[in-house]
Amino acid sequence: MLDHTYAGTKVWAECDLLIQRVTEIFKGEKLMIGITAYGTYIPLWRMRRDLISAGKTGEKAVASFDEDSVTMAVAAADNCLADMDRQSIDGLFFASTTSPYKEKLVSTIIAAVLDLPKEILTADFTNSLRSGTIAMKSAMDSVSAGSAKQILVVVTDCRLGAPGSDFEHSCGDGAAAFIIGNKDIVAGVEGFHSTFSEIMDVWRADGDQFIRNGEERFVQSQGYQKVVPPTVTRLMKQKNLTAKDFAKAIVNGSTSRRQRDICRTIGFDPKTQVQDGLFDTVGNTGAALTPMLLAYALEQAKPDQLFLAASYGDGCDAFVLRTTGLVGKAKSKLSVKEQIASKRMVPDYKTYLEWRGLLTMQRLSRPLAGPISVAALWRDQQYILPFHGVKCQVCGTVQYPPQRVCTKCHTKDKFDAVRLAGKRGTVFTYSLDYLSSGIEPPPVAITVFDFEGGGRALLMMTDRILSEVKIGMPVEMTFRKYFSHEGIHNYIWKTMPVRRELLTGGKA
Amino acid sequence: MIGIKDRVAVVGMGCTKFGELWDKEALDLAVDAAYEAYEDAGVEPKDIQAVWLGHAYEGLTGTRLARALKLDYVPVTHVENLCCSGTDAFRNACYGVASGAYDIVMAVGMEKLKDNGQAGQRSGIDPDVTSRTKFVDAAPPSFAFLATRYFHHYGLSYEEGKKILAKIAVKNHHNGALNPKAMLQKEITLEEVVNAPIVAYPLGLYDCCGISDGGAAAIITTPEIAKRLRKDYITVKALSVVCGAMQGTLQSDYDFVHIEETVRASRMAYQEFGIKDPRREIHMAEVHDCFTITELLICEDLGFSPRGKGPEDVLKGTFELDGELPVNTDGGLNTFGHPIGASGLRMIYEVYKQFQGKAGPRQLKRIDTGLVHNLGGAPPGNYTVTITILGRP
Repeated sequence: MLDHTYAGTKVWAECDLLIQRVTEIFKGEKLMIGITAYGTYIPLWRMRRDLISAGKTGEKAVASFDEDSVTMAVAAADNCLADMDRQSIDGLFFASTTSPYKEKLVSTIIAAVLDLPKEILTADFTNSLRSGTIAMKSAMDSVSAGSAKQILVVVTDCRLGAPGSDFEHSCGDGAAAFIIGNKDIVAGVEGFHSTFSEIMDVWRADGDQFIRNGEERFVQSQGYQKVVPPTVTRLMKQKNLTAKDFAKAIVNGSTSRRQRDICRTIGFDPKTQVQDGLFDTVGNTGAALTPMLLAYALEQAKPDQLFLAASYGDGCDAFVLRTTGLVGKAKSKLSVKEQIASKRMVPDYKTYLEWRGLLTMQRLSRPLAGPISVAALWRDQQYILPFHGVKCQVCGTVQYPPQRVCTKCHTKDKFDAVRLAGKRGTVFTYSLDYLSSGIEPPPVAITVFDFEGGGRALLMMTDRILSEVKIGMPVEMTFRKYFSHEGIHNYIWKTMPVRRELLTGGKA
Repeated sequence: MIGIKDRVAVVGMGCTKFGELWDKEALDLAVDAAYEAYEDAGVEPKDIQAVWLGHAYEGLTGTRLARALKLDYVPVTHVENLCCSGTDAFRNACYGVASGAYDIVMAVGMEKLKDNGQAGQRSGIDPDVTSRTKFVDAAPPSFAFLATRYFHHYGLSYEEGKKILAKIAVKNHHNGALNPKAMLQKEITLEEVVNAPIVAYPLGLYDCCGISDGGAAAIITTPEIAKRLRKDYITVKALSVVCGAMQGTLQSDYDFVHIEETVRASRMAYQEFGIKDPRREIHMAEVHDCFTITELLICEDLGFSPRGKGPEDVLKGTFELDGELPVNTDGGLNTFGHPIGASGLRMIYEVYKQFQGKAGPRQLKRIDTGLVHNLGGAPPGNYTVTITILGRP
């Protein structure tokens, strides 16, 4: 039986909300939608391009052997969420051209890892370099329509160019995350325009390992240059704006020269108005490029500045954003600048090839055994994905993995779940296993790790150089891929050196 | 509690050569060990009323052994307690006799590790049935944690720590070189050990026991029957088993410089036999030196050396063949390798032979009490430890 009283109350409450919105619209006060928080992730590892081809300049960010689009998305989202109340997020959109699954959402993996509420909309936007801006636009529309208040959008890419190709030189790995909402806005969206363009310029068919592209001169003249300027110009015209009105233009481009050229065509001053594209430090991060550069621009922005952000891929999406007085206040855990500065160098091309699975070295190691139990993976997901331990309600002892009976006071089934993921701690003891199995080149650093605030776990350490692994070393946690088997990507939390403490960089 | 002291006797034993026994399967090793034990005890196969079979990775049920030995319709129980499988089978056999249910029983341990087609240890030992959803480390890093922490805790430099551990490997290799049943019968130098390739930092090749095949068996009976069979039988003085409950990783106050399971098991066994000063009252010990660091900790945990003073005793030769308290006189796991289910009974075999004066060039002058210690599982806090104390009737 429907509770009429309750149902009636709910209808009236919704009517109230509607009346309020209509009134606002008539008063000319549009409900502002925009970015309320942002964060990025740039892998610790960089490779000098001249390791691929002599004479090439700059370096690119390279996902470690245990990173992929999912793990980088988690890192960017974590950076964006910082200390925010995760229960207030009511949607998660994932965008990438390099989802590890053809059939299966990865937004659900990420939502589980991040401890987001169970009853939210999760969606993957894939297959296009525009997927990131499409996801952002969809999030804005959802908030605008009132179906969500705060949507977390994570955009990530880890694209593979064939060895020696231009793509291999230019592509870098990374991710960006935004919260799109209508409260505490950092940068409000004032306009959007989209154009589609059907052209075979960059593509990767089902089953292809590497990205393909059409003849470069054709792609540039009939694709990029023909689509981006009119889209941006049309948007500015709609909003009665000219190029001069913008503090920065964030325009996708495959090289810094192309980016400058296209900005000049539109009317921006290449010297002052073009956002640095990170081509020589990070590389072209695919679908994540425009979002990452936007986050980078917002880090340096002042209140009440206009930004233009445009992506390119099977067409063009362009946004006009205006910063608010909160722009300096939203702080992600680690800025783009700090992540660029904290780096380690991939020692050689062979290492890079091995990390990307393009070269298999035969090693004396223990082979992996047996299949992954999908039932166990599902059953244990609370302690695998969001790394929940338990805290005894009677004696307060924090324990990982979760137990039925308390290790200290032996009370049965009286525990509270505690999220240990993302906690810092110190190495209590460790070993370096030279015969270990898995996808990691030996040795595998294995740590007994004591969490700040209690609890202990035995975890592998990643992104480390051997000489720094020590007892008492401060470490933080990072979500990584353990191994893949029979189409299942098995993720796991590891420890790593505290990224902020590697700001001097390049020691490896 | 009555306890086990002097209620059962070991009246016959057998032990195969340990090594890479490519031409033998596990059951061949059990047959070889059992027939040596029958002959040694002077009993017939038909005299055996019940059998306990210890192994970890050798398949299921006791019928396999019944089939191999043609034991007609007697109970054969498979005992699995990882590295303690052999001594736990022995313990169950002892209680079988002590309970009065049987007069003559046999404990057999066997393991065939070299059929797995690779060098070194298999993937991480997960005492749980693995679902492969979580990280499980292998034995070498799991024991290396103890070494890393021990060096740190007692302020030993890497070089100092490595040298102490190396002395243990040199001692065990010296003993193994005197033992025709050992897998490795070759002396090694301190420099060779220290400079050997690292397996799991800080443990190098010679700090780790090898992977081998082997089998061993013991015939257990009442002291009354034993007296009729031979003069030089030995009796069981104490038996203890302790299982950790993962305290090492669940509780952050565990120190990684001792193994609580060994401490607790020794306390139980010493109480059962009435030992107050283990260093004086125990005359030899066969301990579970799966890694050199394990032997160092065991010697402290068993009370042979005061806490933190194990290195001093190692350096001054306390545990050597002619030392104050010889440890691993047969060469230990270090030179026998560790065919899981066989090791514990192999260790009892050495103590038994030492009591009987049949240990050849390794023979000790004085022996009235011998201790056998096994330790299995990983990581710390998740171990099973068995202690068996043997003596004269």
